[in-house]
Amino acid sequence: MSRFVTPRIAPSEITDEKHFWDRRTWLATVGAGLGALAYAPKRLSAQTQDTPTPYDTITGYNNFYEFSTDKEAVRELAANFRTTPWTVSVEGEVKRPKKYELAELLRGIPVEERTYRHRCVEAWSMVVPWNGVSLAAVIRKLEPTSKAKYIEFTTLMDPERMPGQRRGILQWPYVEGLRMDEAMNPLAILVTGIYGRPVPAQNGAPLRLVVPWKYGFKGAKSIVKIRFTERQPVTTWALTAPDEYGFYANVNPAVDHPRWSQASERIIGRFGRKETLPFNGYAEQVASLYRGMDLRVNF
Amino acid sequence: MRAAYQRVLWWTVFVAAAIPASRLLLRFYHDDLGPDPLVTLEHGTGFWAFVLLVVTLSVTPIRRLTGWNGVIKLRKMLGNWSAAYALSHVIIYVWLDQGLDWHGIWTDALEHKRIFLGLLAFLILLTLAATSPTFMIRRLGRRWSTIHKMVYAAVILAVIHFALTQKLDWREPILWGGAVLVLLGARVWWAARPRTSESSVT
Repeated sequence: MSRFVTPRIAPSEITDEKHFWDRRTWLATVGAGLGALAYAPKRLSAQTQDTPTPYDTITGYNNFYEFSTDKEAVRELAANFRTTPWTVSVEGEVKRPKKYELAELLRGIPVEERTYRHRCVEAWSMVVPWNGVSLAAVIRKLEPTSKAKYIEFTTLMDPERMPGQRRGILQWPYVEGLRMDEAMNPLAILVTGIYGRPVPAQNGAPLRLVVPWKYGFKGAKSIVKIRFTERQPVTTWALTAPDEYGFYANVNPAVDHPRWSQASERIIGRFGRKETLPFNGYAEQVASLYRGMDLRVNF
Repeated sequence: MRAAYQRVLWWTVFVAAAIPASRLLLRFYHDDLGPDPLVTLEHGTGFWAFVLLVVTLSVTPIRRLTGWNGVIKLRKMLGNWSAAYALSHVIIYVWLDQGLDWHGIWTDALEHKRIFLGLLAFLILLTLAATSPTFMIRRLGRRWSTIHKMVYAAVILAVIHFALTQKLDWREPILWGGAVLVLLGARVWWAARPRTSESSVT
C-alpha cells in the first residue's frame, strides 16, 4: 500500500503573503480585463428596428449654426424665436412669382406623419417622427416652368434674432437645393411639426426641408425663399468646404468624408454604432434617380 | 525631506487632475453622457489629455519666470495624468467606439490623418510615461532627455489631431494651438539668447 506523503516544503519556498495577494489582484484584474474584452459592443446591424428618438433629444441636439455651433445650446438661444408672421418668397422659373404667407403656401395640402431616419454628415443619426407636407404637392401648386431644372431653398437672414449669423462661420444666408426630380420624389417633405406638435425653432420652424436619403445639412431650416432655377444652386456647405460637402450629399457608406468614415453612424441617445445604409436605407425609393452617376464624383 | 506644503501641493494637484475623469465616470455610471455619449467620452478624455500636456509644457516657463524650482516636481505627475487620459481616450475609441474592430481601426488610421496622428501622439505619450519612473531616468542617462524631447512632437500632433476632429468651428483648437505656440516659442527664444549660468532649457 503506498502512502501519499505531503512533500515537505522549505520555508523559503512559501510565497510571501504580500506577493500572494499581489498575484491574486493581478489575476483578477487580467481576468476582469479579458472578461471586459468579451463585452466589446458589437456594431448593431442595419436592420435594427428604428425606434423614434425622444422628443426632448430631437429638440435639444441641433446643428443650426445660425444660432450656435454648440448643438445643445441652440434650444435655449432659439427659445424666443418668433415664427409669425412668416412669408415665403417664391421666385425664379415659376408661373407666378409671389410672396406667400406660410398658411397660404400650404393651404390645400394635407399634413402627413412621416417617420424618417435622419443621418447627419457627422456620422450620427436619429429617427424623427416628422409632420409635413409633400414637397412635390407644393411644387405642383406653384407651377414651375419647363426651364426649372433645380429648386433652391434659402434660410432666414437675421443676425439680430439669430446670433450665430454675426459670425462668418458660414456664408449667410444658408442656401440648399435639389434637382427637380429629387424634389418631386415622394419622400421629400416640407416639415411643420414633430411628434404632432409644431416644429420648434431649433429644428427649423416654421418650415423646414427634409430629404431623408441625404445628409441632414441638405434640410434647409426656417425657409424664407423658394427659387426655381435653370442652373445648379450654389449650396452653403459646398461653398465653404467643397472637398468635404457636395451638392448631392446622398448618404453613402462607400464614400467617406475626407476626415472621417461614413461606413457607420452613432445612434443618438444610445451607446453604440450602426452600419450606415446606402441612401440611408431609402435606396428602393431613390436609387433610380442616380442611375449612371458616379456617386464618388457626385458626392 | 520634502517640506509639508510641497506634499500638500502635490496631492492637491493630483486630486485636481483626477476630477475630470471622476466626473466622466460618474456620468457614465448614471447614463448621463448626453445625446452622443461616445463623443462626450472621447472629447472629454482627449481634451483633458491635451490640456494636461499643455500644463506640463508650462512648467519650465513658470520656473524660469518665477524662480520657483518646486514646480518641476509636479511635471512628472501631470505628464503621467495626461498619458492616463490619453490611454482612456484610446481605449474608448478602440473598445467602445470601434468595438474592437481591428480591421476597421487599421483602415481608419490609414485613411484618415486624424486617427493616424492621434495614435502617433498617443504612442509618444505612452513612451514618455513608461520612461518616467526614477529608475528609468537612471537607466537611460543622457538618452532620457533626448527621449523626453518627443513631448514637443506629441503636443504638436495633438493640436493637429484636435483640429481635425472639428467640423468647422476651429476656435478651440486655435486657442489652444496658440497657447502651445507661445510655450514652445518661449523655449526657442530662451535657447537663442546668449546663456549666462542656466544649464539647459528643460
